[in-house]
Amino acid sequence: MSPEPSPRPRFLDAGEAALVVEFGTSVDPAINDRVLALDAALASAAPAGVRELVPTYRSLMIHYDPLRLSRDALVALVEERLAAPMVQTRAASFWTLPCCYDEPHGEDLAELAALMGLPAERAAAIHAGATYRAYMYGFAPGFTYLGGLPEEIAISRRTKPRPPHNTKVVLVGGGLSAIATFSMPTGWYVVGRTPERLYAPERPSAFLMEPGDSLRFEPVDCATFAMLDKRAEAGEVVARRQPA
Amino acid sequence: MTALSVLAAGPGSTIQDGGRHGFLRYGVTGAGPMDPFAHALANRALGNPAGAAAIEVSLGGLEVTAEGGPVAVALAGGAFAVTLDGQALPPAVVAMVEPGAKLKLRAGQAGAWCYLAVPGGFDVPQVLGSAATHTRTGIGGIAGRGLMAGDRLAIAGMSPAEVETGEIVAPLLERPAETIRVILGPQDDYFAPDQIAAFLAGPWTISARGDRMACFLEGPKLTHVRGYNIASDGIAMGAIQVPGEGQPIVLMADRQSTGGYPKVATVIGPDLGRLAQARPGSTVSFRAVTHAEAVAARAAEHAFLSAAIPVEPLIRRHFPSEFLLGLNLIDGWVDARQPA
Repeated sequence: MSPEPSPRPRFLDAGEAALVVEFGTSVDPAINDRVLALDAALASAAPAGVRELVPTYRSLMIHYDPLRLSRDALVALVEERLAAPMVQTRAASFWTLPCCYDEPHGEDLAELAALMGLPAERAAAIHAGATYRAYMYGFAPGFTYLGGLPEEIAISRRTKPRPPHNTKVVLVGGGLSAIATFSMPTGWYVVGRTPERLYAPERPSAFLMEPGDSLRFEPVDCATFAMLDKRAEAGEVVARRQPA
Repeated sequence: MTALSVLAAGPGSTIQDGGRHGFLRYGVTGAGPMDPFAHALANRALGNPAGAAAIEVSLGGLEVTAEGGPVAVALAGGAFAVTLDGQALPPAVVAMVEPGAKLKLRAGQAGAWCYLAVPGGFDVPQVLGSAATHTRTGIGGIAGRGLMAGDRLAIAGMSPAEVETGEIVAPLLERPAETIRVILGPQDDYFAPDQIAAFLAGPWTISARGDRMACFLEGPKLTHVRGYNIASDGIAMGAIQVPGEGQPIVLMADRQSTGGYPKVATVIGPDLGRLAQARPGSTVSFRAVTHAEAVAARAAEHAFLSAAIPVEPLIRRHFPSEFLLGLNLIDGWVDARQPA
């Protein structure tokens, strides 16, 4: 993205079978772009001994078999890929995800709005008015970390996680938004629910989005949520996709 | 088709194969065995691939019997108390379980996990390419849960006509856990040199809070140089993260794929099982090693598992003859209890 040459990443060991290629320490789209470009370059011609690539906000974790691929050879390979003109990275998609902010789905929306000094409807409108970047997955299958949350609703996480929430919830916390596919204790605030399945192991492609995709939420009422949820349950993708 | 039938199971015994690979990037935990070496050893003793689906037995114990024909089983891991129809067996063993015979595993002298492998592995549906159970997300194994009485586990391969029964001789299984080898990083720069020294010195007591997700350590309180929040990055099995309270947490098989606390060090692959086998209340300390040293230890394990696993007749261990008769080990008899 930036015209000046990017600084050399740091190579950090996570044990003898995982290498962290760290491009920065912050949540930044330009840094995440570099992570995803290296991810794509390595994935397009997977070197023998590389087991798994895990892109995050600001680093790529490369799980490898050190008995098949030495650390030095892996570092050399990464440097070679970084020096070469980047392969065409996967074309990002722009998704529109239905989201119901109304009770009972947006169970913490009123609380979050009160803490931020806003009417609940306004907080929902602010959340639905933003465009988000899917930075990375983590925490649980399909749990998607979203950047781009407007400042007016950028609340910290609760100090204590609260009991399990629903599935397919849209969350706000720690200055980010997120989508959780599983019900787990969380310090995030539940602002809504999407009928779309971000993780559906029975589908040919179990995961809906790729890191680097962008999205917005489209508010729907409870009746529409229920109707879309039934269709999604039957295997249909109810989110809409266009080229980014 | 032959099967193992679960007669009783304590909490925490699950089906595990070599783990679920390729989906960490989507937040899917790899799961797989807590003690990868012992899991692989049990499989290899039957000639299986190292990652075949086996039972990981917790301290809660397990009782099984065979159905549809005799079933060869291989056990390896902690020093569990094992009996077959009441007769004691060594904890690392290949034995034949006849239909109706009861194989019991209970927490024994030492260790926290024991692996029970069968020829060809268990025939369990795969989710995202693996049979590994991850109970937190309810995937893999038997409906994503721990084993229960009444479960019937079909066996993928035929029981080989000639399985060599006896004690598994594996010096690498006798692994003292007092000193666990680590490679410092990836965020050791979040800790001043004296804090790194305190981390390595310990000693650390293994907390009773642990499970398949993490091993909690209690000991000196560690402080961070510049805060304890990092933008989330990847977590390898064995990563030792230090949250704000300063007590390290070693992330194990059921760990999350990414996390936001600085990681002072990572347990090397060959020592993951040693740590996993340490019981609550025992103490450990850590020793920093080079990447090359870790790879050499890994290569030694790999070489051991690649060769034929030595199995010695139990007679050498002076087990009572009644027990040997029960195992049908006597040469020249089809069934030692019913001489032809």
